[in-house]
Amino acid sequence: MLTVWAILIDGLIYASWLFLVAAGLTVIYGVMRILNMAHGSLYALGAYAAASALGWYYNGVGDQLWIALAMIAACAVMIGALAGVIMERGVLRLMYGRDEVLMLIVTFAMLLILEDVMKLIWGTTPYFAYQPYAAMGRFNIGVLTVSGYQLMVVGVSVVVGLALWFWLERTKIGKILRSIIHDREVSEAMGVNVRRMFTITFMIGAALGAIAGGVTAPIISVVPGVGVEVIVVAFAVVVTGGLGSITGAAIGALIVGLARAVSIHTMPELELFIVYAVMASVLIFRPHGLFGQAVARKI
Amino acid sequence: MALQKSEIMLVVAAAVITLLSFAVPDWLAFTTTLAIASAMVVLGVVMLMRAGLVSFGQGLYYCIGGYAVGMGGRFLGITDALVLIGMGVAVTVALAMLLGLLLTRYREIFFAMLTLAFSMILYGILVKSQNLGSTDGFGVGNWTLLWFDPEGGKGSKTVLWLATAVGLAVALFLNRYFGSAIGLACEAIRENEVRVEYMGMSRRQILYINYVIAAAIGSIGGSLTSLAAGHVDPTMAYWTISGEFVFIALLGGTGHVAASFIAAMIFIMVRTYAVELFPNSWQLILGTVLLLIILFLPKGIWSLFTRKRRVAS
Amino acid sequence: MTEILKTEGLSRYFGAVVAAEDINVTITEGEIVGVIGSNGAGKTTFINMVTGYLPPSAGTIAFDGHPIKGLGPRKLMRKGLSRSFQIPQLFLELSVLDNLSMALSASEHRHLEMLRPVRTPERIAAADEILNQMGITQYRDEMVTAMPQGARKLLDIAIAMLANPRMLLLDEPTSGVSTDEKHALMDTVMEVVKRRGLTVLFVEHDMEIVRKYVTRVLAFASGVVIKDGPVEDVLADEQVQELVTGKRQQKPTEGKNDTQDETQKGGA
Repeated sequence: MLTVWAILIDGLIYASWLFLVAAGLTVIYGVMRILNMAHGSLYALGAYAAASALGWYYNGVGDQLWIALAMIAACAVMIGALAGVIMERGVLRLMYGRDEVLMLIVTFAMLLILEDVMKLIWGTTPYFAYQPYAAMGRFNIGVLTVSGYQLMVVGVSVVVGLALWFWLERTKIGKILRSIIHDREVSEAMGVNVRRMFTITFMIGAALGAIAGGVTAPIISVVPGVGVEVIVVAFAVVVTGGLGSITGAAIGALIVGLARAVSIHTMPELELFIVYAVMASVLIFRPHGLFGQAVARKI
Repeated sequence: MALQKSEIMLVVAAAVITLLSFAVPDWLAFTTTLAIASAMVVLGVVMLMRAGLVSFGQGLYYCIGGYAVGMGGRFLGITDALVLIGMGVAVTVALAMLLGLLLTRYREIFFAMLTLAFSMILYGILVKSQNLGSTDGFGVGNWTLLWFDPEGGKGSKTVLWLATAVGLAVALFLNRYFGSAIGLACEAIRENEVRVEYMGMSRRQILYINYVIAAAIGSIGGSLTSLAAGHVDPTMAYWTISGEFVFIALLGGTGHVAASFIAAMIFIMVRTYAVELFPNSWQLILGTVLLLIILFLPKGIWSLFTRKRRVAS
Repeated sequence: MTEILKTEGLSRYFGAVVAAEDINVTITEGEIVGVIGSNGAGKTTFINMVTGYLPPSAGTIAFDGHPIKGLGPRKLMRKGLSRSFQIPQLFLELSVLDNLSMALSASEHRHLEMLRPVRTPERIAAADEILNQMGITQYRDEMVTAMPQGARKLLDIAIAMLANPRMLLLDEPTSGVSTDEKHALMDTVMEVVKRRGLTVLFVEHDMEIVRKYVTRVLAFASGVVIKDGPVEDVLADEQVQELVTGKRQQKPTEGKNDTQDETQKGGA
């Protein structure tokens, strides 16, 4: 019984993190049909920004937990949106209308550039920002102890998910975005400013990636390359759920998160494969993921 | 079958490299060997690109080829280079035949990301394998080539000759292959899959064969690299290495087999200097050049990719 | 003459939409059959079902006496059932000669050969022959992107013929071609068809062309075959005139409003 609870809680925590990481990737793909390989770099940017801000803050400025958390959020959103707008306006805009797979290579080029830009700014020594994690302590749930910070990550993930849902389903911009997802050409003909919507979408997707990194910064040591591993896992989650679907990303994150927790508690040596095993077995039966839709083709 | 013009050209190039090998310093011979070995993996990427597919996971087979050489010597006591290369190819073909079943169902970003995921699984396995040296990898033992025993196996000239000979064979084969029925069928799939089926051909069968051959050639490249470098480590399967192969393939273009060899040589020479001069900016340069190629050399290098959208009625 | 194609109760639904319903057609070897009907009447759906592009919702299809329902395009091509497309399906960035060489290597079942050049002298000769018959020799070494629409249509049909089919389904061979070129195009195509002795079923909107080349007509409306018979009988039929050829042939008479509404529904 204990193991079952441990699996559920660990699975939920990991799933929340996965969802945070995957949300931006799937939003951008859903609207723009671009699989952003540089998403992991945005994650790393968020992590670096949060870690250096926290380093500055705890180094004599103050030690209020809520200020620290607010700083993580603010820094991540700002740097993510800024990087997003530069990438979209500066690079992607020149390439619209090209093949999806070419856009993938373009974002790969941006990933390479961002990785080195981060090395030039932050160097190669690790950054630590463990203070918020330490400050939030640990809670006992039955016989299990869970870190307060990780419970907060679950909360952040739920809030982000709900906000995205509200944004896409209940706001005017969301309606316009859904019309673009449905049929870009018709929306354009109806007077939708698709380019502006793309900029907004990319900024939000990028900010989501940076938030994921910022939130994770206190749990890890921020070093060059943290983002590169993230993109592969995020892709697995998003594909499992169905590329471009928020619900899919949430379900995919839950499945992958729980599967990984089961593996860690029962067969730890399989931890790494389980993510891909889930993805591969879903794809064998549903080639476009659980919530993905095949593109209709006519002749 | 008379020799074509480009076949003569390839043979002459191989002969020139072999002759020059007596005159050049060891480091240049080594660089050239690495370039030839990389070019083989790149040719695999090019084969897939001609079919409209981008693989971000060709490092999988590059790594298998490398580790087969290392492990064959270490655990089985095999020293003959050709046997070691053959082992890598055998393992690669077996795996590619399995993965190909799944991968040939996918195109575009799905194909790209799935190939990436598979190579990362191998990376993960190797990192966790303590007896294979984990992240550090391990040294490749001494090897022999037929009746030669090249200076304890590390002879840079011998491995260059081997690479040149194998590279020539692969280049001659692919030169034929690209102009053959199946080579053209791959391009046909890139252009219009509906028509391919309505000509009575199986897309999946063609892509499958193409994928397996591309993997086998990639494995040979990995084997040659490990014979030359005398060391293997898990980064061979890391996806940024696969990304470099995609970069070289784009640099050279898909027009001719020789392009991959030239591009690989340029890439490795530039990298040698760039990494020394700007250790933290190599990827920055790479990314920028990649964007420039895509922006300003779309035809020739990219024209084979801009797959015409299938017209919807 | 033997039956070459026979469909029974062939139907296709897209959700609640009836694209084709209860189509019973028998075609004898050597026949040249026209298919008419307004847009959305089910003509292309019918061809797509017969050629394995679209799985039927119900019914059976037999080719040369064997059931073929559920077979994909590839297997049907091998059995001798070939087709062309309303929008030509070509390899745009390959040369015309390569398009044809590919088709020839496929029809010889030699498309997996790795070492022999695809352009063998025999294939080049065969390609030149069909290019000549189709009158598009001047594009031989051009990329398909350099061809005008009419020539692309002819190349599309030429490729369909290179599979050595027994029956050829042509989906609107003259659509997208200017009115004055239509007759020349069809003359060329039908000349080759006759020479090769093919059974042909083709979709056409221009009744003049239908009259000129066809012995028998299938008239589609709202997914149903409303009339099947000799060309003059079908074109003279009142219902066909209302639903298909209508306004052009005859002034509307009383009591036709209901059926006209139906046409619009079918055409939606």
